Amino acid sequence: MKSLSILAATLAFSTAFGGAAFAQTDLTMWYHGAGSTVERDLINGIITDFNGSQTEWKVSLQEFPQAAYNDSVVAAAVAGNLPDIIDVDGPVMPNWAWAGYMQPLQLSEGALDGFLPGAIGTYNDQVYSVGLWDAAVAMYARKSTLEKFDIRMPTLEEPWTREEFDGILETLKASGEFEYPLNLGMADQGEWYPYAFAPFLWSFGGDLVDRTTYETAEGALNGDAAVEFGEWWQSLFTNNYVPGTSQDMADHETGFIDGDYALQWNGNWVAVNTLAALDDDVVFLPAPDFGNGPKIGGASWQFGVAATSAHPDGASAFIEFALQPKYLAAFSDGIGLIPATAEAAALTKNYAAGGALEAFYALSEQQAMLRPVTPGYVFEALEFRKALSDIANGADVVDALDAATDAINADIARNNNYAVAP
Amino acid sequence: MRPNRSKSLQSNTLAGWLMSGPALLLITLFLIVPFLLAFWFSFTNQRLISPNPTQFVGTSNFEQLLGVGALVLEPETAADGSLVVADDGELSYPRVREFTRNNPDFQHLNGMREWFGWDWGNSKVLVLARDLVFMKALTNTLFFVAVVAPLQSLIALLLALMINQKLLGINVFRTVYFMPVVVSIVVVSLLWRFIYDGRSGLLNNLLQFLSFGQFQPVDWLGNPDTAMWAIIVMSIWQAVGFHMVIWLAGLQNIPLTLYEAADIEGASSWQKFRFVTWPGLRNTAVLILVVITMQAFALFSQIDVMTNGGPLDSTQTLVFQAVQRGYEQQNIAGGSAISVLLFLMVLTISLVQRYVTRER
Repeated sequence: MKSLSILAATLAFSTAFGGAAFAQTDLTMWYHGAGSTVERDLINGIITDFNGSQTEWKVSLQEFPQAAYNDSVVAAAVAGNLPDIIDVDGPVMPNWAWAGYMQPLQLSEGALDGFLPGAIGTYNDQVYSVGLWDAAVAMYARKSTLEKFDIRMPTLEEPWTREEFDGILETLKASGEFEYPLNLGMADQGEWYPYAFAPFLWSFGGDLVDRTTYETAEGALNGDAAVEFGEWWQSLFTNNYVPGTSQDMADHETGFIDGDYALQWNGNWVAVNTLAALDDDVVFLPAPDFGNGPKIGGASWQFGVAATSAHPDGASAFIEFALQPKYLAAFSDGIGLIPATAEAAALTKNYAAGGALEAFYALSEQQAMLRPVTPGYVFEALEFRKALSDIANGADVVDALDAATDAINADIARNNNYAVAP
Repeated sequence: MRPNRSKSLQSNTLAGWLMSGPALLLITLFLIVPFLLAFWFSFTNQRLISPNPTQFVGTSNFEQLLGVGALVLEPETAADGSLVVADDGELSYPRVREFTRNNPDFQHLNGMREWFGWDWGNSKVLVLARDLVFMKALTNTLFFVAVVAPLQSLIALLLALMINQKLLGINVFRTVYFMPVVVSIVVVSLLWRFIYDGRSGLLNNLLQFLSFGQFQPVDWLGNPDTAMWAIIVMSIWQAVGFHMVIWLAGLQNIPLTLYEAADIEGASSWQKFRFVTWPGLRNTAVLILVVITMQAFALFSQIDVMTNGGPLDSTQTLVFQAVQRGYEQQNIAGGSAISVLLFLMVLTISLVQRYVTRER
């Protein structure tokens, strides 16, 4: 009996001291990409490399499906159970930073040099998150279709104008060869609406909220420019140029490849598959210019550190480790996303000079505009989505935009103008 | 013997509490406490995510939800006092937003939206709502309950009468009718989305086939006129089996001797139903009516999966709005206020139903 307790004590001591001398401090990380084996392999690759590169930290990964990820983080934050490292959708970051879920990164000087602006998440002049990639949206078309209907190939310098674009839709519709001339992806009723369609509004000269103060949407979302946008938006549906809000997800995914839709407004994450199906017939064109320059949305998923993390230095060290060009390039090759730096782009198959997706890098660099950087964005996005759905379904344009404006203003007022808590 | 027995029952109260303990604990934890919290939150400005402290705001959440106003629109007149008539012969009216947005003379209407209205001579009388989406959710939910409660209980009763017969293989039919109940409502909703699909849905194809191609495809879930009906049909189909089984249990509790007596007296089938079956089903009927009403008020999953409240708010419901506000819009106070209103409504209706159907 006695020898047993001595043995136990010895074991306990040796574990405690031995652990202190050799074990690495555990860091947990949450990631939104459950279900994608490609992403899991990539992330796990980085984690293995990091854990092996030093003796201080040991990162372990927990994955969530994207649809449940934000809810999980919010629930964990309320319960005080956040991991050390989280990933966060760029436009949502200010909300979490404002709520006190996240803390600024501790990156070394110059760590973010050369990064695409959309990959850096700044709120209140501090960097809270950084992405290994950015995403971009482009107009997918087939060269053969453009040639057949004598449609000019737009360039970054000379994008389609509004008149030109409307005319193209009209021509494609009149040809009768397609079910719809354009697929906007109305089936994807999540963050896609504000991400993909707010740039049209920006190009018309409107916005989701007045960006000088972020305290009102009046005049931005229901001003003349926004109403003009709304009427154009509605015309797409009344003219049957695009499928409506009840579009089937399957049609959205395969419609362009099958030839049901002549054009498609879609993100670069489907580019790899589209290239595989259509080969070099597919081209990725810049957004049309509706008066205030062509725009697309910037910022995708990014990495940040939870406010409750006991080891922010270790968490930041991991994030900085992950920012190496080879990892940026690996993610790009794996899922087609835009590498966050030019250096990394040169290492990739698709974004290197002459690569099939090179156009996206230029799009991201030149046209990307961030969604409003404010904690209120989360609510603004919902109201914008509702207004666009209602207008597409035939609601009065002015009334729908007024309603969204009022709701956004009420939300901002309810939150003390989203002032940063003292 | 008798006093002894009642004493032995009472002496075991501890065991009774112990046995019901786990259930009571869970009910308290997951039903009573959350409800009390919701009740409290509905009088505050509680947010899901916020660094700001919670403040007590009185009844303003309820005023925001329930606020209504009236506006009489006079037709526009030309300079000489004559009415302006548009090309199509219609009178023209000023836009509602001129009164409801930043108009100092109509402060009390600020931010309201047109709900419904009617013509009054040359003028238009409009009822405005401060929270139009909530009002639509409220009317949609009441409409859903008003259609589903009687229809579903009636169909369930007919099915129960059908499968209560002693026929060969009747269990097959019982299984077939009951099957949708055991399938998750989310799965059923996803499947029915394919059935209702406007382009190549099963329903459109079927109707076209039956009408020899005369039928024009309808976008069932994408059309404000048909979306709610589509949800209603699918909801009735999914849950009817459950109530059918309860009816069936009630039917099988009716003593066969009563039917034999009725046969001897030469009663017709209708008379047997009217004077034997229906009185025997009284308690079952009360139960089913109350249960269906409560379930219908809780309409949520179908909306969340199939329509998201659209198109044009035609399928908004109270529970869907409560969840949307509380969770998606991070406005716990607003969602709580809707839950409290819903609770009060269901409670009132249940009490009325109990009173009307009480034993006399």
